[in-house]
Amino acid sequence: MAGVVRHRLFWPVVSLLALVVVNAAARPGFVRVTVRDGHLYGALVDILRQSAPLMMVALGMTLVIATRGIDLSVGAVMAVSGAVALTLIDRSADPGAVGTVLVAIAAGVGIGVVLGMWNGFLVTVLRVQPIVATLVLMLAGRGVALLVTGGFITTVTSPPLKFVASGYVFGLPFALWLSATAVAVVAVVQRRTALGLLTEAVGINPEASRLAGVRSRGIVFTAYVASGGLAGLAGILYSSNIMAADANAAGEFIELYAIVAVVLGRTSLLGGKFSIAGTAVGVLVIQTLQSTVLFLGVPSAQSPVFFAFVVAVVVLVQSPQLHRRLGRLSRRHRGPAPATAQQPARDMEVSA
Amino acid sequence: MNPANPTAPAAPAVAARPVVEMRGITVRFPGVLALDEVDLRLRRGEVHALLGENGAGKSTLVKALTGVHGIDGGSITVDGVERTFASTADAQAAGIATVYQEVNLCPNLSVGENITLGHEPRRRGLIDWRAAHEQAAGHLRRFGLDIDPRSALSSHPLAVRQLVAICRAMVLDAGVLILDEPTSSLDRSEVERLFAVVRDLRDQGVAIVFISHFLDQVYEISDRITVLRNGRLVGEHVAADLPRGELVSAMIGRELEELETIGRSAARSVDRTTTPVLRASGIARSRALEPVDVDVYAGEVVGLAGLLGSGRTELARLLAGADAADAGTVAVHGTPVRLTTPHRALARRIAFSSEDRRGEGVVGDLTVAENILLGLQARRGWLRPIRRAERAAVVAEYVSALGVRPADPDMLVRNLSGGNQQKVLLGRWLATAPELLILDEPTRGIDVGAKADIQRKVADLAEKGLSVLFISSELEEVLRLAQRIVILRDRRRVGEVESRETDLDGLVGVMAQTPGATAGVTREVL
Repeated sequence: MAGVVRHRLFWPVVSLLALVVVNAAARPGFVRVTVRDGHLYGALVDILRQSAPLMMVALGMTLVIATRGIDLSVGAVMAVSGAVALTLIDRSADPGAVGTVLVAIAAGVGIGVVLGMWNGFLVTVLRVQPIVATLVLMLAGRGVALLVTGGFITTVTSPPLKFVASGYVFGLPFALWLSATAVAVVAVVQRRTALGLLTEAVGINPEASRLAGVRSRGIVFTAYVASGGLAGLAGILYSSNIMAADANAAGEFIELYAIVAVVLGRTSLLGGKFSIAGTAVGVLVIQTLQSTVLFLGVPSAQSPVFFAFVVAVVVLVQSPQLHRRLGRLSRRHRGPAPATAQQPARDMEVSA
Repeated sequence: MNPANPTAPAAPAVAARPVVEMRGITVRFPGVLALDEVDLRLRRGEVHALLGENGAGKSTLVKALTGVHGIDGGSITVDGVERTFASTADAQAAGIATVYQEVNLCPNLSVGENITLGHEPRRRGLIDWRAAHEQAAGHLRRFGLDIDPRSALSSHPLAVRQLVAICRAMVLDAGVLILDEPTSSLDRSEVERLFAVVRDLRDQGVAIVFISHFLDQVYEISDRITVLRNGRLVGEHVAADLPRGELVSAMIGRELEELETIGRSAARSVDRTTTPVLRASGIARSRALEPVDVDVYAGEVVGLAGLLGSGRTELARLLAGADAADAGTVAVHGTPVRLTTPHRALARRIAFSSEDRRGEGVVGDLTVAENILLGLQARRGWLRPIRRAERAAVVAEYVSALGVRPADPDMLVRNLSGGNQQKVLLGRWLATAPELLILDEPTRGIDVGAKADIQRKVADLAEKGLSVLFISSELEEVLRLAQRIVILRDRRRVGEVESRETDLDGLVGVMAQTPGATAGVTREVL
């Protein structure tokens, strides 16, 4: 039992379950999943579907943060990716063709990869601090997207594109398959090759890793490229959802939500050890919370305040410092009566 | 709860009562009993050495006393009052001050700011910097330090910073001062200066805990010695009544004679008619090393002797690709190579263990197994992960061959003692199957037992054909292991000797240029 409590992901999972329980109590239909035309419907399915773009971005963010970096440009990359993809579809002879959409998706992801390479170049070759390096693209990216779309919100009519965000495969939303695949691919690449180990080593102690022969430049570069590519894919999902490329609204603040998700998933902002599963749980916590805010009918002007408050509470609940303090407090309360305190209990083991 | 609980024992005369009494202290870490009912008594006006191998529990005991670790059993009494320290602030408030091995100051602040940080004199709520610096200057003078309190701390050498740290600790009028390895980066004259301050404080009635690996210094300064081993108390002794041999035996729990028999590797003869494994000619780097030549033959241990700053570490780093050379050539087995990165050097089977174990050696938050495998994996690249069975075999091999304790591959390396971390690092380099192993201070700051293990291993490996470039400030160690010693001074090569043909004094003479001088040369038992 103690082992379960001390598990890295115990508190994140508890937070997620608590949110689900609160929702289930507040709205009876919340946990119900119905089958219509062979497709699953319900609030939980919606949450999973809607979480897809944040999931992709947060995955990339996890890798970048593990290398002691941060990628603030992901929202802007989403905007550029959406703009490139939809402009291609818009200008093609046959916007409804599967081939056109596949080319557009490849172009969107490709531009994400290129922008990721730019970030990686700034960080690893020019040695610009990650926060500054990615800030450049964060500020410039939306301008580039506007340039691509000619300053308009490009809308398209293309059933194959619509399918990406709204279609169903084997009863589940296609977007969910995409994000689950992304999680699986990243997890396998990191944990079944040695990339995860080397990434953690570089994040924990860059100089020791270098002397051990780790080519950290390549490792760090890879993380930014992965982040860029995943953000590109997230941009396609976003555009597919609204069937438009909106350079200003696409991925707005998503970099911040992604950072929150990574932190909720117990990956330290100081770099080093990271947890893909933790990030996935963190993303679901955020998405469930957003659904809750909508459902509770919090006025939209106040919803960020409510959201922020709950996030703060969740972060506090997970904080090892708080656990330690509470442990100390209870120890002190039982402790110091002079004659009896021979063996002050240490009930809350500080997890190293 | 327990009315029969004995009250404090009938106190003898106040003067004889220890200022700190720790009794039956027990501390558990996950899976490890770090301290098992250990006692420590500190009296006013004494220097009390706390000795033991790395991993014996010295640091844990100190951290229990300073509130860093909570205790799972036992009691801490300060000035006759039982205390529970929930934080370091509690311990400081009780008059217990600590100066750690790595000086805990802010190098970017001024000396005065460092000294008065947290208790700055204030006027109308604002910090009165003039008064703060005057106060600081007063404290500094008390320690015989004539430096400007307005100067940046980073502009002073380590020894001065150490004294500033002590100064800072004593501003709080601490009754107990804990010095954890305060002399490990100081040269002889700096040690003298530190000891003068320590004696002064002792005479003022402060109880001082002195933790050090340098037994000469322990005997020079200590009144009493408490020895720990494997988390247990071995004994408390009056320093003058404890012969050195007995002390070492108490610390390591085996007979000193055994250590004395470690391979007389230096006497072995090496075939130098073949092509050397490594030949460096005129290798240099501006502001680090003037052109130096060095050869290492198969199965040979070459010692690099020189004072700190002589260029010995710089030379090692150039040969390992840690720094790139500006000039000169390197040939491995006669083939010219360019060693511009550690990765390239490893590909040429040159492994390098840095002198900075924590900063450039272990990756603390990874496990023992991951640390051992890191070098091998880095050489193979991330696309070719080592298979599970091979991983387990490699890790098991080195954990047992090097005697890593605890022998748990899944333990985080930062929870290991320094000696065991060093063994893990040695395992990492050996796992890459090197032909030349460069060891920079592999035994610094580790305990006698681990030191002996590592020396023995190096001697064995060399006998089996491994070439080793060995750097150590402990010349006895170099003389024992190396067949040939290259001597550096002022970033230049000044000589080369066969170990058989020289002794300590001869070596020191060349190193320091002034025969008989021993400045900066650390002599330890062993």
